[in-house]
Parts: sequence; C-alpha cells; structure tokens
Amino acid sequence: MMGFEPYVFSNLVTVAVLIGLGLLVRVVRRQRLWNEAARQLWDRRKLAIVLVGIYLVIGLLDSVAWKGGVPEDVVDVLPNAPLTLIDRVFLGTKEASYSAPLALVEFYGAAPLRRPGTHALGTDILGRDVLYLTLKGARVALLIGGLTSLIAIPLALLFGVGAGYFGGRFDDFVFFLISTLASMPGLLLLIALIMAMGRDTLSVCIALGVTSWVGFCRLSRAETLKLRELDYVSAARALGLSEYRIVVRHILPNLAHLIVITFVLMFSGLVLSEVVLSWLGIGVDGSWGQMIDGARNELSREPIIWWNIAAAGSALFGLILAVNIVGDGIRDVLDPRTQKGPT
Amino acid sequence: MGAYVIRRLLYGVGVVLGVLFLLFILFFAVTKPEDIARRALGEKAPPEVIEQWMVNHGYDRPLWPWQDLDDNLLFDHYRKMLTFEFGLSDADDSPIIDRIAAGIGPSLALTVPLLFLGLLVSIPLSLLVAFFRETYIDRMGVFLCVLAMSVSMLLYIIGAQFLIGKILRWYPISGFDPTLLMMPRFLAMPIIVGLLGGVGGDVRFYRTVFLEESSRDFVRTARAKGASEPQIMTRHILRNALIPILTNVVLAIPFLFTGALLLEAFFGIPGLGSITVDAIAANDFATLRTMVFIGSLLLIVGQIATDLSYGLVDPRVRFE
Repeated sequence: MMGFEPYVFSNLVTVAVLIGLGLLVRVVRRQRLWNEAARQLWDRRKLAIVLVGIYLVIGLLDSVAWKGGVPEDVVDVLPNAPLTLIDRVFLGTKEASYSAPLALVEFYGAAPLRRPGTHALGTDILGRDVLYLTLKGARVALLIGGLTSLIAIPLALLFGVGAGYFGGRFDDFVFFLISTLASMPGLLLLIALIMAMGRDTLSVCIALGVTSWVGFCRLSRAETLKLRELDYVSAARALGLSEYRIVVRHILPNLAHLIVITFVLMFSGLVLSEVVLSWLGIGVDGSWGQMIDGARNELSREPIIWWNIAAAGSALFGLILAVNIVGDGIRDVLDPRTQKGPT
Repeated sequence: MGAYVIRRLLYGVGVVLGVLFLLFILFFAVTKPEDIARRALGEKAPPEVIEQWMVNHGYDRPLWPWQDLDDNLLFDHYRKMLTFEFGLSDADDSPIIDRIAAGIGPSLALTVPLLFLGLLVSIPLSLLVAFFRETYIDRMGVFLCVLAMSVSMLLYIIGAQFLIGKILRWYPISGFDPTLLMMPRFLAMPIIVGLLGGVGGDVRFYRTVFLEESSRDFVRTARAKGASEPQIMTRHILRNALIPILTNVVLAIPFLFTGALLLEAFFGIPGLGSITVDAIAANDFATLRTMVFIGSLLLIVGQIATDLSYGLVDPRVRFE
C-alpha cells in the first residue's frame, strides 16, 4: 500500500470499521423502524448476537498492531516486526513440537515444555499454541466475509439498480451478464478465477465476490423494477428531481432491508467456501480452513492428535452458527413477507 | 409457445457463447499460454522447450482475431469446445475426452442415489415440520437444520472417515469398485455424508415453500369443506409446491455429472469431481476449462428445461 506498511493499513481499517459500527448504531437508534427491528432482534437472539460480538472483538484486537516492545528473551519473532494485541498476549509461547492441552511435557518424547500447563488447547506440529492460531483465524474469517461482501454488494447494487431503473440496453447487458455467470457452477467458476488471478488473499476475496454478487444483483434488479413503478417515485419524477436523487433517496432506502439480510446470509456461505478452497490448496493464509486441512491427517496418527482440528472446527462452527441464527432473526424482523402472522 | 421455446433456446446459445468468452478471458488472456507452459514445465525450463510444448498443445498462435483473422486462439477455442474436441491435458498429454468418459460412470453412481435419497429424506421431513408449524417441533426442526448447515462439508467428511478408519475399523476408508456387488460398500459412507451435508438446507427451503402455499386461499377452502390435515398437506400443499421443488431438482441435475467435488476426492471415487481436483493440483488448465465448460453447458440445459417444464406442470403458467 503506497508507502504504508501493511500493519499501518490494518490499523486504519480497524479505525474505519469502528467508525462504521458507530455510525450504524447511530442510524439504528435514530430511525424508529430500525430501532424497533433492532430491539426485536436483540430480544429474540441475544446469545447469538453476543457470540458474533465476541468474534468481532477478537478480530479487531488482532488488527491493531504496532512495532517494538518485545522483551529481550523472546526469540521466535523477528525484531521490529509489527505485532498485534493477540500476538503480544501469546508472545514466547512457542514450543518445539506437539503438546496436548494443558500438558506438562511434550506429546512425543516427553521432553519438558518451556511453558508447561499453559497451552489450553495444546500446540501444533511446529509448537505453536493452538488457542493463539484459532483466535487469529477469527480475523481472517471476518476479513473473508466482510471484504468480499464489500466487493460484492456494491457491485450488485450498481448493476442491479442501474439495470432495473434505467432499463433498455444496459438492462439487456446486465441480464445477459448475470445469466452467463449464473450458468457456471459456482465452485468451478471460483476455482477458475483463483487459478487465473493468483492465490493471494485479495484475489481470493475478489473471486468470491465475483461469484457471489449475481444472486443479489438479480434480486435488487427485480425489486427496483417494482419500486420504479410506484406512485411516490412517479411523484418524485413529476417534481423534477434528478435521476440520481430519485435512485439515492427513493429507491436505495427501500432496498436497505434486503442489503442487510443479504450481507448476513452471504457471510456464512463465504466463510464456508473458503474452507473448501483451503482444502484445494487455494485458500487464505491463517484461516480455520487451512488449520483444518493441515490437521486432518493428524487424526490418523497414533495416539490421535485431535485438539488442532477440534479447535479450528469448533471456532468455525460457532461463528457460522451464530451468524446463521442472527441472519434468520434479521430476516424475520425485516422481511415484510415473514411479518404477517401465522395462519 | 413455439415462439417462446425458440427464443429461450436462442438465448441459451447466447449464454453458452458468453461462458466460452469468459473462459477465454480467464484461461488465455489473464493466464497467458506462456504462463501455462511455464507452470507445466517448471520455472527453469529452457525457452526452446517451452516453445515446443506450446506448439504441441496448439498454444503457439496469436490470441485475438484482429492479430490474425484465420489462425487465432479465440476462434480455435470456440471451435474446439463447441465440437467437443477438448484436446490434450496440459499436465500429462493424455486426451481429456477419454478421462471424462471414464469419470462419468463413477460420478453418476455417487450422485444419482444421493439426489433421490436426498428428496426421499428432505421432502417428508419438511412436510412434517411444516405440518407442525409454529409449535415446539417446528422450532426444534428449524434449529436442527441451521445446526446441520453450519458444519463445514469438510468436517463432515473428516468426521466420517475418522469414524470408519479409527472407530469402526472398516477398511478401506476410501476407494471404488465398479462391479455392482461391491459398489455399495464404497458408496455408503459418501452418500450418508452427502445427505447430512445437504439435508439441512433442503428441509429449510422446502419448509418455507410449504408454508407459503399453506397460507393460500385454496387451502382455507379445503379446510372449510372438511378435508383432513394430512390430506390438505399432501393433496393441496405438496402438489402446488411442486414447481419450486422441480426447479431445485432440475438445477441439481448438472451437478450429478460434475459430481460432488469434495466427496469424490476424499472417498477416492474416480469421477469428474476427482478429475477437477487433480487438474487444480497439477495446474492442468486445459482439463480445468473443459470441466468448467461441461458443467456450465449442463447447467444451461437444466435451466432451459426448467423454464419449459413450468408450462407442463403448472397450467397457470402461460408463455406470451
């Protein structure tokens, strides 16, 4: 990043995320509709929301980094490497090789550990603390879900709303584009994109974005087609408002609930896709998918090394489950179709 | 109707051409033929070897028609794919079409039972959940579905293999035998895992469909004239919900051929999914783009079939 070191950028992103969350809370508090929805959601899905919050806090703690402050006796980090808060908590916990959770000696060979009894989830083959790796995976997962949605949703809105509102040639083009993309099996297209673009985090996110924007694009196009014909839009047009203003003030706010629902439901799918990509060898470094992939053969060792895969698997399951439950809750609260009572 | 069918078919042809163009962009324009050669032969390959390899694989021509109208890779790509002349693998020079022919059988042996058992399990389950709507059973069912959906497929597979290999001690944990008698032994576990992974999402989807139908006027009428609840469920709701179910099934058919990628690779079933996974590991771009093309082609045919079959199943649908 032009002149920046990556860690500075990561800090800036953290600040941006915090500001974004603050703005979100402000908007939700001010508008009665959203305020009401948020209260209902909180009443119904407290546990899941708290769980998502915990993941978010861990992810943010792992995004704030600075240099220096490493004690002299710590040897396994580069001097002058930027370290995050989570890195600092686990500084110097690296062992030589495997150890079981809370063990006092190494798993094979029974050599004494440097820090006996402190590895709550054991260590992996390189002696890295599994709890540490698992916590670090939270940031990667949030990054995959968040960054990809930030690529996919604006793209889908731009094309979907544009096509729906303006129609004509542009609509034909967009419709052809989304039918073409929708005709390619998702996973295969994803693999093709990553193989062609390279295998770093950003291209994985772009590839995930390209393969996941189609559904929402179709949805927002259909919604815009409906909204365009409504009386208040005709009224706005009759009053001489510019096209831009009509789209931003009269169409987009009516898509807001769809954006929120799509974001949450898309998120878990993206994180799960990354796990498959990790297994194919084209995933993102440091993700739970890579931990699971790296640990799957260790289950066939004798005695079994289970804590690695159990930790990554549970962390993944916890996040996906919590996000799915919150997503369902948001849909129930916001989607007018599920608002009507049971028959 | 006739005009609609023709229009729909023509649009399908257009989409096929679009898919091929996208593949060309990805596998020729973004990843240049020299890159493919270099990945196949290694970074240190001398230029003349790379040159020879590109000649052998037909990559030694200009990319675009405006560079050479008669002999360019774009037209060549279209011609080869549309005539199913897929050429040689980039990794080991074997004909791609032979591998595909060998892979279809095992893929179908896994995915056809998976599709039908999936329907057999998820439709009754979702009817049951929808029947007990707004009760404890319904909420429990939906929660179980979300639970099942939240587990990564990879974890299901690893768990199943651990179960077979370590606890039940069934050997082998993966493999395939094309004889009819031995096949079930190797296919049982992948099918069970596939069902576990898919049933959650399916039940939830079908439940929503059934609930939507159950708030229609004709259901109220049926209830008013004294039809029993199970009768309403099967005769009125299930029959009217067939359209979304049909869509779901037809769109799943292409994946019968391209196979369940993960299941095949993990359980050692030599189907099209395994071929794709091997192609990724070997940087075999020729095989990979062929697989993407075949998958897309089947999906497009499936989509057209769904659109046209609406008219057959639902008398309310009229083609203008």
